[in-house]
Amino acid sequence: MTEIAFDVRIAFGEFDLQIDHRMPLEGVVGLFGPSGGGKSTLLRILSGLERNAHGQIRFGSEVWQDDTRGIFVPPHKRGVGYVFQDVRLFPHLTVSGNLRYADKRSRRTDSAIDIEDVVAALDLAPLMSRRPQSLSGGERQRVAIGRTLLTRPRLLLMDEPLAALDIKRKAEILQYIERLPQAFRIPIIYVTHSIDEVARLAEHMLVLADGRKVAYGPVTEVLERLDLQPIAGRFEAGVVLIARVTTHDLTYRLTHLDHHGKEILMPMADIAIGSDVRLRIRARDVALATKLPESISIRNVLSGTVAEIAEESNTAFAETLVDIGGAKIRARVTRSAISALALTPGKSVFVLFKSIAFDRRAIGHRGAGLVDGADTDASV
Amino acid sequence: MTLPDLGPLWLTIRLAALTMVILLIIGTPVAWWLATTRSRIRFAVEAITALPLVLPPTVLGFYLLVVLSPKSPIGSAWVDLTGQTITFSFTGLVIASVLYSTPFTVQPLQAAFETIGRGPLEAAATLRSSPIDAFFSVIAPMAARGFLTASVLTFAHTIGEFGVVLMVGGNIPGQTKVISIAIYEHVETLNYANAHILSAVLLIFSFLVLLFVYVMNRRFPVHAG
Repeated sequence: MTEIAFDVRIAFGEFDLQIDHRMPLEGVVGLFGPSGGGKSTLLRILSGLERNAHGQIRFGSEVWQDDTRGIFVPPHKRGVGYVFQDVRLFPHLTVSGNLRYADKRSRRTDSAIDIEDVVAALDLAPLMSRRPQSLSGGERQRVAIGRTLLTRPRLLLMDEPLAALDIKRKAEILQYIERLPQAFRIPIIYVTHSIDEVARLAEHMLVLADGRKVAYGPVTEVLERLDLQPIAGRFEAGVVLIARVTTHDLTYRLTHLDHHGKEILMPMADIAIGSDVRLRIRARDVALATKLPESISIRNVLSGTVAEIAEESNTAFAETLVDIGGAKIRARVTRSAISALALTPGKSVFVLFKSIAFDRRAIGHRGAGLVDGADTDASV
Repeated sequence: MTLPDLGPLWLTIRLAALTMVILLIIGTPVAWWLATTRSRIRFAVEAITALPLVLPPTVLGFYLLVVLSPKSPIGSAWVDLTGQTITFSFTGLVIASVLYSTPFTVQPLQAAFETIGRGPLEAAATLRSSPIDAFFSVIAPMAARGFLTASVLTFAHTIGEFGVVLMVGGNIPGQTKVISIAIYEHVETLNYANAHILSAVLLIFSFLVLLFVYVMNRRFPVHAG
């Protein structure tokens, strides 16, 4: 596994960025934070597109930049693929021409990627003779991803590749991006300001705000941190649970999941039994109770203990973190509820969330259970 | 009625073609630099390349005459080297035309490069394309319209040149007697018939050139943006 280590600085006008960090590159690393926090700038610095950046960058044993030794490897010699937010296909070439442009210049690199695999993986065959101008936004981004893969990169940098797309196209492209790490064995650094995308794609995340590193770690752990809430955005805050599919209930069309011995239900999804599922649970979709509620329509009731409470002064709300054993769940409740239920850290509570609260678009799959290979008929 | 000597016409076309080729070779890197640099001296360079637009041709011609005359260092070195003077020779005309038509090459190219922006170049770099490779494989084809405009305007502007030629070239048949000079001479000698023919040739030619540029500009696919 390759490690990337960097200690870089850049300043333009009011904005300055200063980040010292190292991390192993495996699978997808989400580079997350609010707009204007320096995510894209960091990506540009790593790729060599920001010639005015100072500092050091090391990729494995290779030094890409070291000002003290006067080393600066230009972008075309770094072997880094870059998917731009604004796509940047070459308008004077067809789709096929764009792909061949990259292919021709990377043939001598040691890589198993070939043009047929890429065309097949991204369903580009019907587009090959078209001009970029005649493609839809989603098609363009697929071609751009394919073109970048054909540079046979050692590291793939993706700068908010879904930003310009509508929700439907986003979901479509996400399916393709999700398969890249396994299919092509290239580590990815993925910039986004959407927690949904991080939760679905990334194993690790690096959080930036105001040009500084705020947090780094596994996605499940970073999302549990209440102190990062202002960065994550109150509306979207929540955690990711990883649970295993145990059974599918065909009568009620529910899928049963096991999370550290506790059962969670979700609307039936086409996922093989035994495979792990990522569930994103938004803080705003979670309620708390001090007694086990009866006669209630909510199906998911898990016991736990309050781990942390962060009241937001001048608002009605408080963020709470409840330990359910093996993971924590965030709940956004009113401050008046905290006071009425006398919630304090250490207190036993029940965590309630509607099973339909799961965002199906945000359900990611890990391990062996790919959606395509699932067989729900044989599962009951 | 006898046809006027068409020698000046061919000489003019040769001069214009040569000027165009030289300016594309020199002007392209200058325009690229102007379009991409953040250096402050770019403003000075921009002003210098635009000077021929505002200076009377006689001023440029006068300075060239001074700098290139056999008594000057450059002029005398040239005489030692070739046995000929730069002034009042075809070489002198080429140098003068290149300087005089610079803005007509540099400005359309600079505008084309600026419209394209840094995006495609950065994309090419991340596709393992060196800067030179990227220029020829991405920037040049995307700037095709700019190159067409620059070439045609440079060619046409050189054809219409008069003052500078008169100052540094004089009126030597086969050497420096271009079409505009020939027309002037016909008028001076009251040979209106020949002046009419050459003027009509120039008028029709210029119209066709501009028509071609405008038609092509409409048809050429716009790649930038």
